[in-house]
Amino acid sequence: MTNTLHRFGTPDTLNNDFIVFAMAAKGFNEQGALDKAKAFLRAAIKYQPINMGNALVNSLYRPEKDLTFIKLYFVGRQQKTTYEKLIDEIPGPGSAAVVFDDPNKVKNFVRDVKQLDLGLSINISALVDDVRNICGEVEITPHAVEYTLGFHGDTSRLPERDTLSLTTMCGHGMVSANFAKKMIDRVKEGRMDPQEAACCMAKFCVCGVFNTTRAMRVLNRVKKGQ
Amino acid sequence: MKISKERCVGCANCVPICSVGAIYIGDDGLAEINTETCVECHNCYRSLSFEHLQPGLTRTIRRVLKKMSLRFQPDPDVCPTEAFIPDELSWPRIVRRAFSDPMVTHESTGVHGRGTEEVKTNDVSHRIKAGDVGVVIEFGRPGIGVYFREVQKATMALAAAGVVFEEGNPVTQMMADRAIGTIREDVLDEKVLSCIVEVTVSLADTAKALQTVKQICRAAETVISIGVSTVCNEDGSEPLREILEREGYQTGWAKVNLGLGRASNASISTGGTRS
Ligand code: SF4
Ligand code: SF4
Repeated sequence: MTNTLHRFGTPDTLNNDFIVFAMAAKGFNEQGALDKAKAFLRAAIKYQPINMGNALVNSLYRPEKDLTFIKLYFVGRQQKTTYEKLIDEIPGPGSAAVVFDDPNKVKNFVRDVKQLDLGLSINISALVDDVRNICGEVEITPHAVEYTLGFHGDTSRLPERDTLSLTTMCGHGMVSANFAKKMIDRVKEGRMDPQEAACCMAKFCVCGVFNTTRAMRVLNRVKKGQ
Repeated sequence: MKISKERCVGCANCVPICSVGAIYIGDDGLAEINTETCVECHNCYRSLSFEHLQPGLTRTIRRVLKKMSLRFQPDPDVCPTEAFIPDELSWPRIVRRAFSDPMVTHESTGVHGRGTEEVKTNDVSHRIKAGDVGVVIEFGRPGIGVYFREVQKATMALAAAGVVFEEGNPVTQMMADRAIGTIREDVLDEKVLSCIVEVTVSLADTAKALQTVKQICRAAETVISIGVSTVCNEDGSEPLREILEREGYQTGWAKVNLGLGRASNASISTGGTRS
């Protein structure tokens, strides 16, 4: 399951963040869904998505469970796996997600997916008007829309907006507020660069829906004290 | 989740990683988990990278470096001694993991995560019909967590308002009496990272239902994320946005089901008609 409905930000800060995902419906079309989900992900490779994932195997960015002194200090760490390896590893049907930072790539990818006619449900999470523009260009009539109405209740318990923009890019809450704050502080202190910090956070989002480009945008802005 | 006192060297890297802030450095200088706060999401165990340093030697090096006012500091996503030990969970504590770990399939729905497929597969299942609005109320999200005892207050208020809970939803499955919205007694003291209550109302009742949800939110001790969905007309337009904007909600970010799915299992007729 991807979980992308409640990303925090204003329309200005949420632009160029697109999550496209494929899902089978239990009891309706899960037969053969594994191969179809893999075909969906393979079709995305051409457009070089910035992240990809499946909750059964993890995302492109993932932890290393066998770090050694040699790897850490001589060979260097391996921050992410390859698209092909990730797709080959998927063991069973589940949702498959790809993230883009460019509406043109989304448009072309969705056009390809439409032609593939996989029969899986395809959803896009993004600014709704951007999705409607893409649908118009590829001649798709949307079936349903789900809006976020934001955060309510005791919102005094939420962190400040930059931290929240980073944490809510993993809808399952696996990028904690304390960790996002630590990454912000390290970038501001010049101890990590925005790209390193974005990759570091992406490893905690197992569905692969964390948008590293948008994270770098947030981190670059806070780095300059904006 | 547990942290081994034998293996931990007290580097504190795991402290900010915890999704609910349950990890802290104890009086002995080693990491501990507040088991009452921990929601068993496995984030620490799964997503920290592991180095396999010898704990005794590492502690000695840390002490020597400290004397020289230097710090042993592994990369921020690394536990240098692989000190985490997942617990074998039994009922009712296992409920924490079912609702908090995105890699665990929830038994009642078959989906990974905390709710049903909502409108994500509605082009195939046609669960939400034209003229209906699906309301998803996610307690504890983002990043705060919630006890089922608090969720029960809300489900009882919703039941009193006459709503019908979504059948396939994991919280509905844990209800003792859906007519009054009570949740099974044995899970009320369990805390989860978040859980979703789902109801369906008619388009005409949407504003009224959102007023009820607003009242619930006012009394809440946690945070609540709200989502609403509807099926589009034949031309792709939909009437919900206007209602929401009239009620003062912003409608920027959304999830759009493109309608490319169709039923294809052998026992089900294919077709994918719109509804
Ligand atoms: S990261 Fe590992 S060694 Fe460091 S404090 Fe946490 S459990 Fe202990
Ligand atoms: S399992 Fe989750 S809640 Fe528990 S200590 Fe680890 S990260 Fe924190």
